[in-house]
Amino acid sequence: MVPRDLRYTKDHEWVRVDGDEATIGITDYAAGQLGDIVFVELPAGGSVEQFKTFGVVESVKAVSDLFAPVTGDVVAPNAALASQPELVNQDPFGGGWMLKVRIAEPAQIDELLDAAAYDALVAES
Amino acid sequence: MPYGPHTADDRERMLAALGIESVDELFADIPEALRAGGLALPEPEPELALATRLAALAGRNRTDVASFLGAGVYRHWTPAAVDQLLLRGEWYTAYTPYQPEVSQGTLQSIYEYESLIAELTGLDVVSASHYDGAAATAEAALMACRQTRRDRVLVSRAVHPHYRATVATYFGAGLRVEEIPTVAEGDAAGTTDIAALERLLADEPPVAGVVVAQPNFYGLLESMPRAAELAHASGALFVAVVEPVSLAVLAPPGAYGADIAAGEGQPLGIPPQYGGPYLGLLASTNDLVRQIPGRLVGMTTDLDGKRAFVMTLRAREQDIRRDRAASNICTNQALLALAASIYLATIGPHGLRDVAALGAARAAELEAVLAGAGAPRLHPGPYLNEFAVRVPDARRVHRALLDRGVLGGLVLADAVPDDPALEDALLVCATELTTADEIERFGRTLGELIGGRDGRAGAPSSADRSPGSRPRVAAEARS
Amino acid sequence: MSVVGQRLQPTLAERSRPGRGGDKIAHPPKDALDRIPASARRELPPALPELNEPEVVRHYVNLSQLNYAIDTGFYPLGSCTMKFNPKLNEWAARLPGFANLHPFAPDEAAQGTLEMLWELERALAEIGGMKAVTLQPAAGAQGELTGILMIRAYHRSRGEPERDEVLVPDSSHGTNPATATMAGFRTITIPSAADGGVDVDRFRAALGPRTAAVMITNPSTLGLFEKRIGELLEEVHAAGALAYMDGANLNAILGRFKPGAAGFDVMHFNVHKTFSTPHGGGGPGAGPVGVGERLLPFLPTPRVLKSEDGTFRLERPGERSTSIGRLRSFVGNTGVLVRAYAYISAHGGSGLRRVSEDAVLAANYLKHRVASAYEIPYDRPCKHEFVASAAGIRKRTGVRTLDIAKRLIDHGFHPPTIYFPLIVEEGMLIEPTETESVETLDAFAEALLAIAREAETEPATVTSAPHTAPVRRLDEATAARQPNLRWRPMTGRTMPCPD
Repeated sequence: MVPRDLRYTKDHEWVRVDGDEATIGITDYAAGQLGDIVFVELPAGGSVEQFKTFGVVESVKAVSDLFAPVTGDVVAPNAALASQPELVNQDPFGGGWMLKVRIAEPAQIDELLDAAAYDALVAES
Repeated sequence: MPYGPHTADDRERMLAALGIESVDELFADIPEALRAGGLALPEPEPELALATRLAALAGRNRTDVASFLGAGVYRHWTPAAVDQLLLRGEWYTAYTPYQPEVSQGTLQSIYEYESLIAELTGLDVVSASHYDGAAATAEAALMACRQTRRDRVLVSRAVHPHYRATVATYFGAGLRVEEIPTVAEGDAAGTTDIAALERLLADEPPVAGVVVAQPNFYGLLESMPRAAELAHASGALFVAVVEPVSLAVLAPPGAYGADIAAGEGQPLGIPPQYGGPYLGLLASTNDLVRQIPGRLVGMTTDLDGKRAFVMTLRAREQDIRRDRAASNICTNQALLALAASIYLATIGPHGLRDVAALGAARAAELEAVLAGAGAPRLHPGPYLNEFAVRVPDARRVHRALLDRGVLGGLVLADAVPDDPALEDALLVCATELTTADEIERFGRTLGELIGGRDGRAGAPSSADRSPGSRPRVAAEARS
Repeated sequence: MSVVGQRLQPTLAERSRPGRGGDKIAHPPKDALDRIPASARRELPPALPELNEPEVVRHYVNLSQLNYAIDTGFYPLGSCTMKFNPKLNEWAARLPGFANLHPFAPDEAAQGTLEMLWELERALAEIGGMKAVTLQPAAGAQGELTGILMIRAYHRSRGEPERDEVLVPDSSHGTNPATATMAGFRTITIPSAADGGVDVDRFRAALGPRTAAVMITNPSTLGLFEKRIGELLEEVHAAGALAYMDGANLNAILGRFKPGAAGFDVMHFNVHKTFSTPHGGGGPGAGPVGVGERLLPFLPTPRVLKSEDGTFRLERPGERSTSIGRLRSFVGNTGVLVRAYAYISAHGGSGLRRVSEDAVLAANYLKHRVASAYEIPYDRPCKHEFVASAAGIRKRTGVRTLDIAKRLIDHGFHPPTIYFPLIVEEGMLIEPTETESVETLDAFAEALLAIAREAETEPATVTSAPHTAPVRRLDEATAARQPNLRWRPMTGRTMPCPD
């Protein structure tokens, strides 16, 4: 059961909407599949585009692209991950967040999965 | 089968277990039209016959000469311990330490190699090895492009010509490499033209990296701090191409601000063996740890907290990152890195300094003797143990020297054919293996051939005028 | 009983004591460095460890004993062909005439080595069914880069620079897509067919005017011969693309299938796999590349040439303008190539064919022996290696392939390659090679069967393995998060040189 107030992508990213700002991370399922996360590569500025890659997450033996749930300008990456990438494993929906962006097209949020749909997706895989 | 264990009974037993008559059935999935009927190769050679033939082949190489040839590959005394330890099967018949619990020997030896090269270069991150100095230099140039997200690299023309050619090949697919000329005349002749570097850095597009060698291909010492400063001022990285023995006495790259050091590790206990296997050295600052290609070994602990070593930061590599890997390198030169480590551990810091300083001392003697024989230096600047001399008709003289048992260095025009300033010059070096007798012999023979103090001017010996040898020389000079 | 030594060693730095270490060479005169400008000099010698020779010897002998190696036991690492490394080859490479020859030695001083290299090129060309071979690449991955750069040059020479895609099956080695990227190409990954082979229909659909090359490993990384290879090669050529063969698995098909004769345009050889040169704890290797007619002009320089008078020489700089250039310094990893040449000579044509027969027979026998406890996802005759899966065991017991691999260490064996190729769940890629006796194959099979039983009866023993190695499983996460890649600087511990 994932947090009910977030929206999700099929690629296991979550997004929390707060006004016109979105906070993006990966789900506990994704973090568990990757294993011990050792490095997160995030943009310091610029913009991201919905369903396009915005960064990379590395575990001990795997590497995975990060896909943006929404289009928007980057507000800030989570600086804590540079020295503590393990936060993604320990607190994926909280301290392990990755990127804050200014939402360009609010309608995009509606295209994302809600918690129930995401739970169903994980149950299938 | 020279090394196979299977008797006819063994094969029968395995076939019976599989329920088949012949091993051919296991190859039935090769389409008939594409099947090969065998190999048109000689019959198997028993060990004695093969050993005899190989020894005869090796004996046809001429390695019994007084050699003054360096040019990127240097003869040194290798303590006897090095090769005896390398011959332990636990080292050379293991592979990449994928299973760290049964590979702590290899893993610790790589960690120690990384540490030793870090000490020599004054840098923090050392890749577990690359193919050779040329490939390491190309990888360093690619690192600079990835880190700066620029695609133009400047390489000094005083970098080894094979390294420059290799960078050009690696950069052929979309990246730009330009050459920084060398100074033609004056005190700095033969070194990287710093004023030209400044001009090139001012051109567009912006430069990712500047590559300069210390000592350079001609044996000369470069103004590394100045070149590094200029590179950094324009946002480029500075890559130093280094020779590891020289680092016992020359300033380490980390001291003059190099971001990356690349070089050939062959002088550290590895025989010349006609081109390899050698050891590509590649080291960088901590800032570049995610850009450095090749394996890295780190210290960690096991479940019980016991100290142990393991391959780390592996997600940079091709087996995980595939088309976005930092490089495609997989198999590296681990056994040669081990040789270098054993060499450094055996020779020690003072021994390494002695090797470098003794080479410099012998080279100074060589310079004096060759000048006396009529072959003055081509460039006036300081050098460590290798320098170029001006020799009229260098190619012919070089061949005549070889006929007399002296390998008189490298004919520079053969290695760098596109530089008229290097016509009629030999690149010569001395190491601790060079003896006073050999130097004397080189000087005397050269004097006889070109006439200096010790010989008659312009009077090749009768052997060189013989009808058999003359046309061959002429043909070679044209090519 | 442990298969490796137990005595972990202090580092060289920890062993170091200022003042230790013998003189290996004479001291230089005091003024030896006076002509080096102060600005270029290093003040103190580098802070290398100081040890006497007996200590160095014990350090490295004890460290070596922490390694598992072919010389100590069975090493069925799939895709790596860990066959016996003949001792004659080591002897040959150390012959002074080979070992001491400088790579810039004039051709007339290098006739023995040049002849050996020329003969080796001919032998590899015969084995691969290729027109010509370059010995320059230092390893298989560099061979791939050589091949793909030649393909790039070929398309450009024909005025088709827009071909910028390389197709690889999803079972390929990671080096294939990494190489394509280095050469400036885009990788298109093609899923495998249900039988584990290349999916010719999907390849056909992906082939087009932008395809530069396809890269195929045959037999595949699943150890299976690509039955539809002829059809695929026709499609590739019809589309104007070229076919690259990754020769990593050549040990299966010596004298049975010649890639060049079958239509491949270029291939690399891994001499440290097929031709027994040692793996060296990670290297060195050598990756000669064979080409057919189309790519002949683009071979890297220098080539080894034979003159009419029977002497040999190296191609000179600039002699062949169509060459892609150099991949490295000098002519190649000659010291490795001597070993490969000795191996090929010892076997001859008939012996090499026997090598593949025995390697394939051993792999099929071993597969048959373990099939009762592990799934064989592609159950047809394999070539020199096969994939077994512990997916069923994991489902029933929670024990993973990683655990089984670690437990093999306690049973006295090096684990196989695991989780590769990526397309098999809980896969292990097992390659016995032709130099292992049937007794060894039986013992290994028994170990795998015993571990499968342990997984059911005492899974904790398996999941906490190894129990007999000098260290237990390692904290790889901390190693990557806070990398410690060198010992702390020793600066200050070294005394100035006594002169």
